[in-house]
Amino acid sequence: MSSQALVVAHDLAKTFDVSAPWLNRVLEGKPRQLLHAVDGVSFEIERGTTLALVGESGCGKSTVARLLVGLYEPTRGGLRFGGQDAYAAFKSPEAKAMRKRIQMIFQDPYASLNPRWTVDAIIGEPLLEHGMIQDAAELQARVAELLQSVGLSALDMPKYPHQFSGGQRQRISIARALATAPEFLVCDEPTSALDVSVQAQVLNIMKDLQRERGLTYLFISHNLAVVRHVSDKVGVMYLGRLVELADKHTLFANPQHPYTRMLLDAIPKMHDTGRARTPVQGEVPNPLNPPTGCSFHPRCPLVTERCQTERPLLRELKGIKIACHAVS
Amino acid sequence: MRLLQVNKLVVEFPSRHGTLRAIDGISFDIAPGEILGVVGESGAGKSLTGASIIGLLEPPGRIASGSITLQGERIDQYSNDQMRHIRGRKIGAIFQDPLTSLNPLYTVGRQITETIQAHLPVSDDEAKQRAIRLLQDTGIPAAAERMDHYPHQFSGGMRQRVVIAMALAAEPQLIVADEPTTALDVSIQAQIIGLLKTICKDRGAAVMLITHDMGVIAETCDRVAVMYAGRIVEIGPVHEVINRPSHPYTSGLMASIPDMTSDRERLNQIDGAMPRLNAIPQGCAFNPRCPQVFERCKQERPELRPATATQAACWLIPGGAV
Amino acid sequence: MTQTWQRWWHSDLGYSFRTSPLAMAAALIAFVCIFCSVFAGWVSPTNPFDLATLELSDSRLPPAWMQGGSTHYLLGSDDQGRDILSALIYGARISLVVGVASVLVSVLVGVSMGLLAGYLGGWVDTVLMRLCDVMLSFPAILVALLIAGVGRALFPNADESLAFGVLIISISLTGWVQYARTVRGTTLVERNKEYVQAARVTGVSSGRIMLRHVLPNVLGPVMVLATIQVATAIITEATLSFLGVGVPPTSPSLGTLIRVGNDYLFSGEWWITIFPGLMLVLIALSVNLLGDWLRDALNPRLR
Repeated sequence: MSSQALVVAHDLAKTFDVSAPWLNRVLEGKPRQLLHAVDGVSFEIERGTTLALVGESGCGKSTVARLLVGLYEPTRGGLRFGGQDAYAAFKSPEAKAMRKRIQMIFQDPYASLNPRWTVDAIIGEPLLEHGMIQDAAELQARVAELLQSVGLSALDMPKYPHQFSGGQRQRISIARALATAPEFLVCDEPTSALDVSVQAQVLNIMKDLQRERGLTYLFISHNLAVVRHVSDKVGVMYLGRLVELADKHTLFANPQHPYTRMLLDAIPKMHDTGRARTPVQGEVPNPLNPPTGCSFHPRCPLVTERCQTERPLLRELKGIKIACHAVS
Repeated sequence: MRLLQVNKLVVEFPSRHGTLRAIDGISFDIAPGEILGVVGESGAGKSLTGASIIGLLEPPGRIASGSITLQGERIDQYSNDQMRHIRGRKIGAIFQDPLTSLNPLYTVGRQITETIQAHLPVSDDEAKQRAIRLLQDTGIPAAAERMDHYPHQFSGGMRQRVVIAMALAAEPQLIVADEPTTALDVSIQAQIIGLLKTICKDRGAAVMLITHDMGVIAETCDRVAVMYAGRIVEIGPVHEVINRPSHPYTSGLMASIPDMTSDRERLNQIDGAMPRLNAIPQGCAFNPRCPQVFERCKQERPELRPATATQAACWLIPGGAV
Repeated sequence: MTQTWQRWWHSDLGYSFRTSPLAMAAALIAFVCIFCSVFAGWVSPTNPFDLATLELSDSRLPPAWMQGGSTHYLLGSDDQGRDILSALIYGARISLVVGVASVLVSVLVGVSMGLLAGYLGGWVDTVLMRLCDVMLSFPAILVALLIAGVGRALFPNADESLAFGVLIISISLTGWVQYARTVRGTTLVERNKEYVQAARVTGVSSGRIMLRHVLPNVLGPVMVLATIQVATAIITEATLSFLGVGVPPTSPSLGTLIRVGNDYLFSGEWWITIFPGLMLVLIALSVNLLGDWLRDALNPRLR
């Protein structure tokens, strides 16, 4: 556990109570239902690097993203940011100082900008909120600067979001996120809703900005090809747990966990079609009622007795972290 | 004989800002049993092409000119009643969202048997047997019991299998699939495109697969048409289009897709964006963004002509028009 | 100002307005009514409430085009010699003031409740929504009657402005629930949108988010409702005045005029009640039509 890492998440968990209303439960005898969206996730991110979290629907990666920016409070576990206890900071009077350093970019370019606000108001809001500028002229200058850094122009300032395309809106979101000069950006599927050529533009900008400003990214995605392009380390999630966490090259060249292998095999590839594949079995189970023990065991080709009863913990194995009984 | 022939199809949308051409003179055909992919980015017009063929173009959109011929029969000017007989029996449709493609109030079995009996003269029992067989063929376990289940009792991937079964129920010769796997998880996606491929080949149905995902196209299709701003810019065998494209847009597109095999610092980007319908440039629609543009591109619009291994609409290609 | 007007005129909403003859006619009529009411002093031929100008000998004259009528009293006169046309104009003013004021109060109360309930959720939401349910279980007129009656009983010698105040409150209490419900629904949707989450990540306070981010986005349906509710409020006020518990008798609104004229209907002097009735219908109809047009114009699906 290096203490150099900027972001250290330890045993983060978030449970949602999705039970039916109290009256229904009493009258119909329904039990309480708890959704363990994130069930004990730990990782570290070094300054200036990108950790990608991949997984399919229901794996909890979006919830992890929201836990890291303080939109949710964890049910258990903690987060250390730059050596400080982040959740304590969020609740203290110094919350603003912490929030300045962590920002987020969202998936939907149409819903991430307030349709009734002009672009300069949208980008200027964080600046005003944190008291970072003195007067209107300085605000205009800073906003123009931010727009230019993402490839848009100062002439776009009085326009409304609906006058821009999806890719441009996502760039405006990035400009807004950079307004407070943060150190850490959580990106929740930032290019999933964009066309391929536009995605390339946005990913290139993000990489450039990371290099220029020494930003640290947590990049959430379901698209393994994109992840391979942008990340340094990759974590694979399944039903709220991390099953494998490794350096990018190692993970893609030599995946260890059966789920990672299955995922990599399933991706339709442009240049490697017609290869032999492991047949994919089953579907992601209902997160409200996950399998016992290792949650992947019903679909796993390497399943044993132990997998059905005992939950595997994330352990070090030859330089990577993996949660699997069969591969150890 | 070609199963489907689309010739110089033009689809327009009259609006208060003038008439917008969403599809501007596209021509292609599909052979029986072939899988043709139609790929392009948002706004290119690929979904509209599918909708025009099935006859589900939403007004005020309308087919302004050109023709769509199915097995020698012209269907583009058919009334809704006439198209009703074509839909299901000759053309089956699969849409993106399996949740809204199925009626939540009827059992899955009832919806399939209804489709069968609407087009084929079979008894109730025979229809039911066929439905069970279809569900089995699409990989739904315990098909006989699941006939009586409602759509909400199936998971996303299973529902899409039911939709495929329904599309094939009346034994059509052509299936139009509009983004059939976009809403599904990666692991399920692989299962569904595998299923689509085998089941259509088995039944001899041709498929028009509309999607923006080149990986899916690469794994499934025989040929692919690349659309841009309502026009087809390149068409040809799938591996040729991917590996040896002739049109600058196609090559730019292929280079901007992050891929599992190559390692690049920057992805190739095509600057700018697809033009809006009311601002399509004169000449070649791609000319403002093309790295190899020259004078003629801005004046005259190129038609599809034979290139190295495909057909492409570009003035860089020597030779006469197709 | 003209630039904003120009921009509106050429926008989709302006286009929809220009191409809808019904909307334009309704807007014109509503505008004329409002104009006359605001500038009643100049527009009206006489001031019917200035007792000094009344001529008892001119009472119950028929409209000018009928036999026995006079051009001084274009639409006839009532039992006290008041010119009906003037009474209409002044009466419409009262009706419009009461109608618009009660809608404003309704909107203020309803939108705030809806925002709080939708954004804060939890027990705040539950309490406010149950309050709405309780309000809805009472028929609107009954509530208004109750408040008005209680008001009179509590303040028997109250002056006019208090009476007006009570009336406006009683009418607004019948209408705020719709706004609360609609705004709550839209707030629930907007609250989960990413731009609200982005504001929360930045550290913006809940109050500011509700007021500056969510509120502008939920006002669309509110405007439509408010426009149509002005018509309803005017009719409610007319009903209350007709029943005698509305405006004080010294400032008769259209409803009061209708009631007063009612007594003379069967003795043949129909103009005393019919013309105020027609005026009421005209105002209510034109405002209603405007509201309908606005609803269709703002509906994204119909565009």
